[in-house]
Amino acid sequence: MKQFNSLFQQIDQTTSTNAKVNALIDYFKQAAPADALWCIYLLIGKSTGRFIKTALLRQATIRLALLPPWLFEESYHVVGDLAETIALCLPPPTNEKACTLSQTMAFLNSLSTLTDEQAVAAISERWLEIPADERFVFNKLITGNFRMGVSKQLVIKALANTYNKSENEIAHRLMGNWHPTSTAINQLLIDDLLQEKSFEPYPFFLAYPLENTPESLGTIEDWFIERKYDGIRGQIIVRNGHSYIWSRGEDLLTDKFPEFAILTQLMPNGTVIDGEILPYKDGQVLSFALMQTRIGRKQLSKKFLETAPLVMICYDLLEYNGTDIRNLPLSERRQLLEKLLEELAATDAPLMLSETLPCQTWDEVRQEREKARDYRCEGVMLKRKSSSYEAGRRRGNWWKWKIDPYTVDGVLIYGQRGHGRRANLYTDYTFAVWDKEELVPFAKAYSGLTDKEIMEVDTWIKRNTIDKFGPVRSVIPTLVFELAFEGISASPRHKSGIALRFPRIVRWRRDKAAKEANTKTDLLDLLALNSDE
Amino acid sequence: MLTFNDKGIYCAQADLYIDPWMPVDKAIITHAHADHARFGSRHYLCHQDSVSLLKLRLGENNHIQALSYGQTLTINGVKISLHPAGHIIGSAQVRLSYKGEIWVVSGDYKLEDDGIATPFESVKCHHFVTESTFGLPIYNFPPISESSDDILQWIEGNRQKQLNSLMVGYALGKAQRLIAIAAQTELPLYAHGAVANIQTRLIADGHKLPPVNYASPVLMKEQKAPYIVIMPPSALGTSWVKKFAPYEIAYCSGWMQLRGARRRRNLNRGFILSDHADWNQLNTAVTATGAENVYVTHGYQAIYAKWLRENYHLNAVEVDTLYEDDLLMQEENNEAI
Repeated sequence: MKQFNSLFQQIDQTTSTNAKVNALIDYFKQAAPADALWCIYLLIGKSTGRFIKTALLRQATIRLALLPPWLFEESYHVVGDLAETIALCLPPPTNEKACTLSQTMAFLNSLSTLTDEQAVAAISERWLEIPADERFVFNKLITGNFRMGVSKQLVIKALANTYNKSENEIAHRLMGNWHPTSTAINQLLIDDLLQEKSFEPYPFFLAYPLENTPESLGTIEDWFIERKYDGIRGQIIVRNGHSYIWSRGEDLLTDKFPEFAILTQLMPNGTVIDGEILPYKDGQVLSFALMQTRIGRKQLSKKFLETAPLVMICYDLLEYNGTDIRNLPLSERRQLLEKLLEELAATDAPLMLSETLPCQTWDEVRQEREKARDYRCEGVMLKRKSSSYEAGRRRGNWWKWKIDPYTVDGVLIYGQRGHGRRANLYTDYTFAVWDKEELVPFAKAYSGLTDKEIMEVDTWIKRNTIDKFGPVRSVIPTLVFELAFEGISASPRHKSGIALRFPRIVRWRRDKAAKEANTKTDLLDLLALNSDE
Repeated sequence: MLTFNDKGIYCAQADLYIDPWMPVDKAIITHAHADHARFGSRHYLCHQDSVSLLKLRLGENNHIQALSYGQTLTINGVKISLHPAGHIIGSAQVRLSYKGEIWVVSGDYKLEDDGIATPFESVKCHHFVTESTFGLPIYNFPPISESSDDILQWIEGNRQKQLNSLMVGYALGKAQRLIAIAAQTELPLYAHGAVANIQTRLIADGHKLPPVNYASPVLMKEQKAPYIVIMPPSALGTSWVKKFAPYEIAYCSGWMQLRGARRRRNLNRGFILSDHADWNQLNTAVTATGAENVYVTHGYQAIYAKWLRENYHLNAVEVDTLYEDDLLMQEENNEAI
């Protein structure tokens, strides 16, 4: 833990990418293999879930720190992070013991076998053994979903350097399901790839948002223009007589999407397609919300399969006849993809080609982008015809150009203390629109303001509070903010009757009085325009 | 004897205010920070070490009367004396006694001796007005020696990489402590104008403090890394710091106990170095006064008052004051001189 904690501190105390990569390389070179495996696993964002109920952590802390529960909760609202609050409240260790990262993870895994009372005792004992400066990282491991200030890409870079491999190879080796307790580091990173890895996907190539005008990309003849579909990015893999579906988040979704099982019989072994999985019926793309509800279900009923049948809109071919063709130019990969889909045309394969748009000029691309919503799309994709299929998010050859979001002006009515870097500041806002004379809340938003504006709004909230409920304050309805969002749907669970997709603040409308904000009717009109009927 | 009104903490018997935030006739000032020493009153009373600082803030022409620690002044039967608060140079707790009833107003204070401000002295009283800037159990500051060792180690690390060390702390109080730490190294030491002004004034007043050079643009052009610069929070994120490249910046404050406070300033390093009492110091100070009645001002007043009621069974109430409701904000805006 000492090494791992020191790695965390080094990364936490720098913003230099080079310094971070060097710290990682040092760690990988020095750490025992079992610890290095856990470190990789945690840093590339593999979820460890939660090892123990947070209520038990609170209970154990309160007992050790001799604090009344309400005072611990108040402290938590100020700190904005449970792991940190606990680390700050605990008494000094009484029985310090060194412990490796893999021992720590084994300890945390063992907690699930204990009763609540035993778990509280075990964690309390452990806390008194851990040096005070390691407790924060330890607590972050307990609460799950551990993060350190490095991207997966940086970890890959450091591993490639440490093991003298290409970044692409390391990226591929780290894909899929592997676990530190059942994997050897040689097998994961060094030895020749084994047959068992055959179900693993390739690292996804991700596009950056277009940063300049499309003209800056040069002549349009060099580019494919496609629609940007709004579904789940995935890879369909057929190898060794099996098919697998992976999401971009590296979840194996094969069982959730039975529509695609048929592909095992229809497609040749050694085929990997990249595309967008979305609900499609009667020649039309259906709303994303339909698929979300479907994914949320444990049991897929017949009804769901009928109302929201899935297809994949295919846009790339990564493996063909068992050969990795990611280095071929996109134009050639597309030809092979088209040929493959043509051969399947007569079958029931739920696969469709992502058509390229026949734009002659960049202005025509602009028009297509504007029309994106007519096709339930988010905008357009610009892909260089000569591009290979790269790994990770890269600038240069693929760009996404999304349509401008919807916007609405809302009145700030509640502020809540934020978390992490916004801790102790009122930064989580609830906004309302007018329903005749009444304000009805319709959205929460956390992001979009500059740090300076955040400070200003924080001070304003503190001075214009009507009432306090725990960490929440209601304020005099005064400030108006323009919110952007990607979609709108009906929601009986919300007071306003609508739910917004990904709302965020675009700007502070200092020029508007609260009365000038939008109304509930405005939102319902927008909803009517976007409904499936 | 004391009441709280919209101008400040008021003593009717002596007809004077303590740290008023509106202009009044007679004002006792606990210390020379901007939120406690406000402009526009007719007569000021403060500790002798604060006089010069108050003039720097409010102008030379103000009517300012000085007391030394422990010296007594009687106004209409109210015996008034000042006692060390340990917050910054010249900071004082105000003790008022009238017909056997004793009140103490703490102003801002810390218990640990920082080697610069006169160390805090506990004063017995019946009514204690306390600050609560760090009045939560999450604030447990390391001993000053530990923080200054960490700072020195950081400076040394920067020196080896030929980087300048920029240290951030408000100009009156924190900056003197940072200069004292920096002076333990062999490195050249420079300061922002606001810091250099105050340091010069304090040295002229007779305080034994290391001198510091004003980091003027002309002077800095010729300087080669590594050196040290002391700057106030207001200079963070301005183009002023660019001329010191290559550098590392560290923010020195009690707020650095929380990761969020450091991260939202996009700072790589923060050192916990406070001029306020932490949780244990507050509890020690409050209980040591023997006061049955405690008035909790600026900070986490509602929470801390509740704690005092529940844990120590004191008559503790929260009092809203217009001292910065959040000292963090004050540091952001650099309202302290």
